[in-house]
Amino acid sequence: MSKIINTFSLLLLATLALPAHAALNIFACEPEWAALSQELAGDKANIYAATSALQDPHHVQARPSLIAKARRAQLVVCTGAELEIGWLPVILQESSNPDIAPGKPGYFEATHYVQMLEVPNRLDRADGDVHAAGNPHIQLDARNYLPVAQALSARMSELDPANAAFYGKRLQEFQASWQAAIARWETQAAPLKGQEVLVQHRAYPYLESWLGFKQVGELEPKPGMEPSAAYLAQVLSQLQQHPARMVIRSSYQDPKPSDWIAGRAHLPVVELPFSVGGDDSSKNLYSFFDDIIARLLGGLK
Amino acid sequence: MPKHIVVLLALLTPFIAHAADEIDLRTLQQQVQQLDQRVQQAEQNAANASRPPAAGPNAFNPAVSLILAGTYGKLDQDPAIPTTGFAMSPNNNGYSRSFSLNETELGLSASIDPQFTGFATISLLPEGGSNVENAFVQTTSLGNGINLKMGRFFSALGYLNEQHSHTWDFVDQPLVYRTFWDNQLSDDGLQLKWLAPTDTFIELGAELGRGLGYPGSNRQDNNGAGAEALFVHIGDDIGFSNSWRLGASLHQTKQINAVSKNVPDLAGISGGVYDSFSGDSKTSGLDFIWKYAPNGNTTVTSFKLQGEYFQRTQNGLLTYDTTRANGANTTDSYSVTQSGWYAQGIYQFLPLWRTGLRYDQMNSGNADVGPLNAGKVIGNYGYTPVRYTLMLDYSPSEFSRLRLQLAQDNSRQGLADNQLFVQYIMSLGAHGAHQF
Repeated sequence: MSKIINTFSLLLLATLALPAHAALNIFACEPEWAALSQELAGDKANIYAATSALQDPHHVQARPSLIAKARRAQLVVCTGAELEIGWLPVILQESSNPDIAPGKPGYFEATHYVQMLEVPNRLDRADGDVHAAGNPHIQLDARNYLPVAQALSARMSELDPANAAFYGKRLQEFQASWQAAIARWETQAAPLKGQEVLVQHRAYPYLESWLGFKQVGELEPKPGMEPSAAYLAQVLSQLQQHPARMVIRSSYQDPKPSDWIAGRAHLPVVELPFSVGGDDSSKNLYSFFDDIIARLLGGLK
Repeated sequence: MPKHIVVLLALLTPFIAHAADEIDLRTLQQQVQQLDQRVQQAEQNAANASRPPAAGPNAFNPAVSLILAGTYGKLDQDPAIPTTGFAMSPNNNGYSRSFSLNETELGLSASIDPQFTGFATISLLPEGGSNVENAFVQTTSLGNGINLKMGRFFSALGYLNEQHSHTWDFVDQPLVYRTFWDNQLSDDGLQLKWLAPTDTFIELGAELGRGLGYPGSNRQDNNGAGAEALFVHIGDDIGFSNSWRLGASLHQTKQINAVSKNVPDLAGISGGVYDSFSGDSKTSGLDFIWKYAPNGNTTVTSFKLQGEYFQRTQNGLLTYDTTRANGANTTDSYSVTQSGWYAQGIYQFLPLWRTGLRYDQMNSGNADVGPLNAGKVIGNYGYTPVRYTLMLDYSPSEFSRLRLQLAQDNSRQGLADNQLFVQYIMSLGAHGAHQF
């Protein structure tokens, strides 16, 4: 009997010893923030990406594993602007972890630090899936990572002051190499300026405003609404008057609507990774944008 | 902007002084442009930083949601006839013939202070009146994985019990939920949950309540708890594509003078008799759910398989014929173990379109009836109630759903019931995040 009690006490001790602060536990809502955290924290953090770039970020399930991971997280890094409204509140409530509650230092929203686009003047669900704070897909403008990185690095230092100098140094290194990368991408993407494109979902305003191409139509009748055959036919007839160079969709989306339009209008379809890991080439933040620009330039040929 | 003017003047002064130099001019123009951009950026940043929060008297209002739902039902049999062998259990199937409005569900939720969050769901009943479905507060800052709920809430036993009706995959609940829990077990009391600090989801919980909902009998005779429940949930992922949860639960309560109407008897009294049961009710259950979507992406296709099994033992005294329709009433011992299960699969085969199949089966058991009631109370019905249900639903958006449901209901012996339902479920206002 005493043996059983001993074993049990050992198990209990082992459980209690588990959350020892060996490294900063980061729960990233989307893979781009996991990748950015990796750039800024290196081996000082355990980073968990809650979703993958192949998932529709608007429709994520509050899976039990996410609740378990959030239970031990010290920092939650999310997009915000209601992108995670369908699942994150359940995770935060059920994980019973007060450190990551909204308003606490352990809760970080990237959209808080960038200039939001497409902030609606009118909030009505008759307009489809609109977000009050603006379009949440900020990860597609490389310039947005600079203010987000600065704020995120400061947050890491606040939560883990022992490594503050390390985080500061990583931030400087990141800023220098990221600025150089932005300059390179902007040069590469120069031919895209002013090009007219069709998009499947209203997911690319940040990419457009950065690279200077122009969205002339959407395949979704309203944001988040599936394209119907009748609506696609209407888009097709508009295309005859205002031709576009390509149709853009993200790799998690149903290929059918864009393939249908592209086949009839003889346009190339460009499938873009929506985040790091959205295709085989985008393995980190740098290759993610290398890949996006290469694919967009491919669409011009 | 005065800032602009100052900057421009400062830069233009040297320009006026040395207007002749064209190279200088171009450089200066560039500098002005750059500065102008920087000022604009700074102003934008400042505007963002000092964006005032929504003010006014409604700033702290709770999130409000309203669910509207209605059903058309075409049934071959009277829905009031209970499942064979379960005449002493509730038969609140939640549907009726022809057009009917379902419960209109009004939900309010908000943080109360840094320590508590509050939730309330009021159902407005189609026949008039309202019902407090849920009204509870939940702690938010205990930490260490501990979560305490107080008030009226759906018990966390099983899988479907905590799901609100607008998230159900079928028009009605499985037979085992209808007969064992009056569709959904709700109680007034406390719930304590603990989430283990492990990578695998392990949650343990206990509930203590007055025994408000069936099989409890709304205890008012003493100061103790009228019902207790224990549950454990374990869940994890297999890659991004698969996730699962397994659960086990125990529930016990004491039933006191639980009267059942129209219970068939061995004497064959037309319309049955009134029986009353007092005794212990102990229920154990197992539940599982598995969800699959390619790469975890539910945009085009996804599949969900779930099943639950409950077994209940009731042990106590049964009073036969409380209204003396068959002469004098008699009280003697009564003990029975009943069980039921369902399994269902939901397949999203196209964006917005889902189809589902459910199978229900019940076992009314073989009751141990005391000698005084042996010739009167039916101990063994010798019938296995089953039901097949097929549904197709279409959701134009995440806020609306239209459903067609067909069922072949053989839960009443000799009364095959072919059912057809058409339903709409819509949600207005705040749309809370859904549980797994």
